[in-house]
Amino acid sequence: MPSIPMNQAIREALHEEMARDSSIFVLGEDVIAHGGPYAVTRGIAEQFPDRIRQTPISEAAIVGTAVGAALCGLRPVAEIMYVDFITCAMDEVVNQMAKVRYMFGGQTDVPVILRLPSGSARLIAAQHSQSLEAWFMHVPGLQVAVPSTPRDAKGLMKSALRGRDPVMFIEYKRLYSVKGEVPDTEYVIPFGQADVKRQGEDITVVASGPMVGKALEAARILSAEGIELEVIDPRTLVPLDTDTIFSSVEKTNRAIITDEEVRRGGSSAELASRIAEECFDYLDAPVRRVAAADVPMPFSPVLEKLAVPSVEKLLAAARDLVA
Amino acid sequence: MLGTMYSILSPGGNVQSGARIPSLALDQQLHLYRLMCLNRRVDDQMIRLQRQGRLGFYVGSQGEEAAIIGSAFALEPRDWVVPCYRELGAALVKGFPLIDLFSQFFGNSRDLTKGRQMPNHYANHDLRVTSISSPVGSQIPHAIGLALGARLAGNDDVALVYFGDGATSQGDFHVATNFAGVFKTPTILFCRNNQWAISVPVESQTASRNMAVKATAYGIEGVRVDGNDIFAVYDVTSKAVAKARRGEGPTLIEAVTYRRGGHSTSDDPNSYRDDAEVEPWIERDPILRFRLYLTRQGHWDDDKEQALEDEVRATIRNSLDEAFRSGPPSLDTVFEDVYDEMPWHLREQMESVCTPEEFQTVEQGT
Ligand SMILES: Cc1ncc(C[n+]2csc(CCOP(=O)(O)OP(=O)(O)O)c2C)c(N)n1
Ligand SMILES: [Mg+2]
Repeated sequence: MPSIPMNQAIREALHEEMARDSSIFVLGEDVIAHGGPYAVTRGIAEQFPDRIRQTPISEAAIVGTAVGAALCGLRPVAEIMYVDFITCAMDEVVNQMAKVRYMFGGQTDVPVILRLPSGSARLIAAQHSQSLEAWFMHVPGLQVAVPSTPRDAKGLMKSALRGRDPVMFIEYKRLYSVKGEVPDTEYVIPFGQADVKRQGEDITVVASGPMVGKALEAARILSAEGIELEVIDPRTLVPLDTDTIFSSVEKTNRAIITDEEVRRGGSSAELASRIAEECFDYLDAPVRRVAAADVPMPFSPVLEKLAVPSVEKLLAAARDLVA
Repeated sequence: MLGTMYSILSPGGNVQSGARIPSLALDQQLHLYRLMCLNRRVDDQMIRLQRQGRLGFYVGSQGEEAAIIGSAFALEPRDWVVPCYRELGAALVKGFPLIDLFSQFFGNSRDLTKGRQMPNHYANHDLRVTSISSPVGSQIPHAIGLALGARLAGNDDVALVYFGDGATSQGDFHVATNFAGVFKTPTILFCRNNQWAISVPVESQTASRNMAVKATAYGIEGVRVDGNDIFAVYDVTSKAVAKARRGEGPTLIEAVTYRRGGHSTSDDPNSYRDDAEVEPWIERDPILRFRLYLTRQGHWDDDKEQALEDEVRATIRNSLDEAFRSGPPSLDTVFEDVYDEMPWHLREQMESVCTPEEFQTVEQGT
């Protein structure tokens, strides 16, 4: 299997699906010259010149245009340069894209995909480093995908491009350049299927995005101490594969939820409460959460390091749980 | 591309026929010239530091100094400057100390923004330079609020907001200009039309003939000025400021200029534009044009240029050394200012991450 970075994996999914389905088209800021800041859309203008639009700067118009195009049968894939700027389009996302099918009695689908570079990276502070999964999870009608590996990113993007729902496709900037093996044969990864990234008996760690890698690193360290983590990546937060998570907790009797969102009201809160509701009888300890500090992301590297959840924090939480 | 626009100096530094130099004393003119050179040198130095890996990120304004400095110079100290992110020169006009700017770029313990914002996102409330915000266009409505605030307080302060050609595509530009027109606020909407928004040329940004015409639809005055002509920019902005102070409402100024460098240090313009396009703008350089004028008037020569160059370099060096001497902000500050009073959940998080031992390890690690 070839080993490729995540930005290339997403690019491949777009190219392959665009070749397969002529209704897919791409729009966003700077998506042609640069292929976006992370080069995800590179090459599309050459391959499919009529099916890409480099837009003026307006996230509201980008999402609104995508919604309109979806209403007449297209499948728009819009890049929002940073998830932070989705705020400029929230009416279109929350009041339109998410609700149109429902409000109009299911007469029409709105299969828009919003690609959303997220999370901390390169010290770009409070307005370029956010993780907003919980906002999107909270809106009925939106699906939320959070790939952590190139393989998952490609497979999930393909599913997104074949589904009928609007998808908030969360792409962690820090993971774009991280390589991983991707099958060279056709595959898709269905939404709502968690992946057990590592098996273990002692603690279930439900990790998403960049925290998957950190959880695996913590698992390696703890294994030497005789603590075995089971690392589960939900891959999509909506729909959520609770079966895989619950059966793991039933086995380990302990759970940590970890992601890079600020902790309060984060997706970890929803996951923790679902586990508490459904697995109460199996839990030997309270569910723990390891997430970002409840502050806007600072710039200074020493401060950023404090705000972003770390392997050390995971180790501390895990050791504490089995103590 | 250039179209009709108000100008005073020709690119060769001659006074155009029929044009009048605005009344600026010689020491004011030389002050403006120094600030433009300082702006250019700070940019050069910061871009060099970024290339050396000593600075994370930088946004330069090479070629746009006249637009930025000429406009800011038309303001009084009590007026508000609402910057976009490319207006270092306006901060310099406002008297923003270099050491404070540099400290912000490095996010050190002297930084007024406490290491919280990206480089170039400085703010100084006392100088009435509002905080720079990343989302394109979001600062424009603030200039309506600031100007409205002045009206409500019964004074004649004005607010000048900078934004790029790309920002005129954002809703915030349109709603703000509409508010300015409806409320007749003392606001100067200053569009630096530098022809590019990252990799997108202005022709792909709007189908309008130019940016100034956009004022018409909102019932306010729109003016187009040669943004590389320090006198023309100063003149046009002074008139707009005077009008605003008299209570006669807002003006949209389009300064026609050119972004000679990359969008930021993260950008490589070679991937989307030809060097040939940049060439004519080197001839239209705003600093060169001003120097030619001053020389022709007998106010400037090579010796003076050299002396200024040396002084500017030394000034930058001294402030840089001072900025480099300051360490990072203290760790507990990361939890301050989220709320007026720190709530229990943040206090808890602060105590959990800021144990004395951790303070040590984190600080040594950088
Ligand atoms: C809401 C929002 N969308 C996108 C961006 C990314 N972005 C940063 S600067 C920029 C271009 C702005 O161009 P312009 O307004 O012409 O100003 P210039 O950089 O030329 O001075 C873009 C698209 C952003 N910061 N905010
Ligand atoms: Mg521009």
